[in-house]
Amino acid sequence: MANGQSNSNGVYLDFERPIIDIEKKIAELEEYSARRGIDFSNEINQLKGSLEGAMTEIFANLTSWQRVQMARHPHRPLTSHYLNLLIHDFLPIQGDRIFHEDGAIVCGFGKLEERKVMVIGHRKGRNPQENIKCQYGSAHPEGYRKAMRAMRMAEKFKLPILTFIDTPGAYPGIGAEERGIALAIAESIKLMSSLRVPIICTVIGEGGSGGAIGIGVGDVLLMLQNAYYSVILPEGCSAILWKDGGSNQEASEALKLTAKDVERFGICDEIVPEPIGGAHRDHKQTVQTLKDAIVRRLVELEDKPLDELLEARYEKLRSIGEFSESSK
Amino acid sequence: MGWENFKRITFRRKKEVPGGLWLKCKGCGNLVYKKKVEEKQHVCPECQYHFTLSASERIKNMLDKGSFKEMHTHLTPTDPLQFKGSKTYKDRLERAQKNTGMKDAGIVGTGNLESRPVAFGITDSRFLMGSMGSVVGEKLARITEHATANRLPLIIVSGSGGGARMDEGMLSLYQMAKTCAALERHDQAGLLYISILTNPVMGGAFASYASVGDINIAEPKAIIGFTGPRVIEQTIRRELPAGFQTSEFLLEHGMIDMIVSRENLKSEIAKILEYCAN
Ligand SMILES: [Zn+2]
Repeated sequence: MANGQSNSNGVYLDFERPIIDIEKKIAELEEYSARRGIDFSNEINQLKGSLEGAMTEIFANLTSWQRVQMARHPHRPLTSHYLNLLIHDFLPIQGDRIFHEDGAIVCGFGKLEERKVMVIGHRKGRNPQENIKCQYGSAHPEGYRKAMRAMRMAEKFKLPILTFIDTPGAYPGIGAEERGIALAIAESIKLMSSLRVPIICTVIGEGGSGGAIGIGVGDVLLMLQNAYYSVILPEGCSAILWKDGGSNQEASEALKLTAKDVERFGICDEIVPEPIGGAHRDHKQTVQTLKDAIVRRLVELEDKPLDELLEARYEKLRSIGEFSESSK
Repeated sequence: MGWENFKRITFRRKKEVPGGLWLKCKGCGNLVYKKKVEEKQHVCPECQYHFTLSASERIKNMLDKGSFKEMHTHLTPTDPLQFKGSKTYKDRLERAQKNTGMKDAGIVGTGNLESRPVAFGITDSRFLMGSMGSVVGEKLARITEHATANRLPLIIVSGSGGGARMDEGMLSLYQMAKTCAALERHDQAGLLYISILTNPVMGGAFASYASVGDINIAEPKAIIGFTGPRVIEQTIRRELPAGFQTSEFLLEHGMIDMIVSRENLKSEIAKILEYCAN
């Protein structure tokens, strides 16, 4: 069902166009051949060959900005898809107990195969109503405070934590500032650095700055191949760098925000490959690949004594950064 | 702006030129005698506006005379992203280094505050807006660890309007986690951390080390927040209320314990140390 969604819905990115065109032709020929009983298999196979060629060419060499667009693709699997396909028996945890139930972050108990886990993820919403309810994944302080409730409960009941990061950033608004969005994020980061359960964070789409790192500290950080993670959105960066309106393309390159870049900095531990053409072209395969990576990592983490786990987590965070230290 | 104001400003512009004896106050708009401002730790004698203070002046004002011992002085920023906008990061760094005489925005070390030993860190807003890249993050983490190991109270004064430094990309973002992780250990060791917020503190600095003090203190009328006001205005499409993201706003909304003017800062901290330092 997930396969070729962009084709049937007609929503696709500019650079996907050649692929969509070939796919359309194949579908037409197949339909025609079935209707008229004429054998077009040669032509169809030829087209399938060029489809494969086009896919390889386009997706092997995506620019940073194209990856950002892939990460925001309207059919890209969201946290809710992972909750459906990766987790079963989900039991939600709602509300920050102070002010509000923030739809932009979803939390709850769930099972990953037979393993009990705590799930925390940004929620963007799958349709316009949900989008508004979830503020497109931009959380208020209450989202992070609810997440901290879930984290503490995970620690109490000894459940590993899985976070799914997919946000353009924390919500930029008056209420968010009034209720201490910066404090909520800082407290969450601080808490995650010392929680006595394994934590695996995965950037599944957008890793937008402070809003992302607010649930992005743990033992392992995974990134889907076309996800991005950045200190600032490319749009914000280009507005600062080139006051006369520079390009998002250039800003994306400058920020080094792709999974490969983030891995090179020692922040991302593993890049999870996406199906050719991107995660949106095959939700099931994407989820399966990520599931395998998460389970493999969980087994490793669960093997470690807790003190060792926490020491390794601290050492990882401590080692991030590049500078020189010579006394000249 | 009315005609009255316009006249006043043009009149003052002329007067500002000679000698550099006078300063125009950003708070009240008055011309104030520079020497008098300096005597008052760079606070306007007329309206109490707190001018920007360099890190070294701050250290002089806050710690006992001659007690400060700077640590980790050799840490120097590199250019891990080869970052380039309309100017290169390399050029921006060189300029900031030349203007301030500092290698990066942070200074850390130990000293005494009214005879009590403390670990001390500070970010200087004159150096790339006090933003946090790898060097600032590393220095703050190291001084926190030093404080934990030696069971010292920790004081960090931030002037970090630049938040997480864009030019070092994700490395800057994760300095938030690095500093918070060190502070968490300090916290769990039962030790005190006082965060002093000075004008300005924004973004990733406020959303990490600067907001998680046992005690958070701000100087009067400092601009402190997470998202830049312009971005918020563009999102919500209306004007922001007066006094938004100021120290006073933070106090009203429960994010800081107190607002303390610069001249009382040292004695207020001493009072806290009396209760909370071992
Ligand atoms: Zn004044």
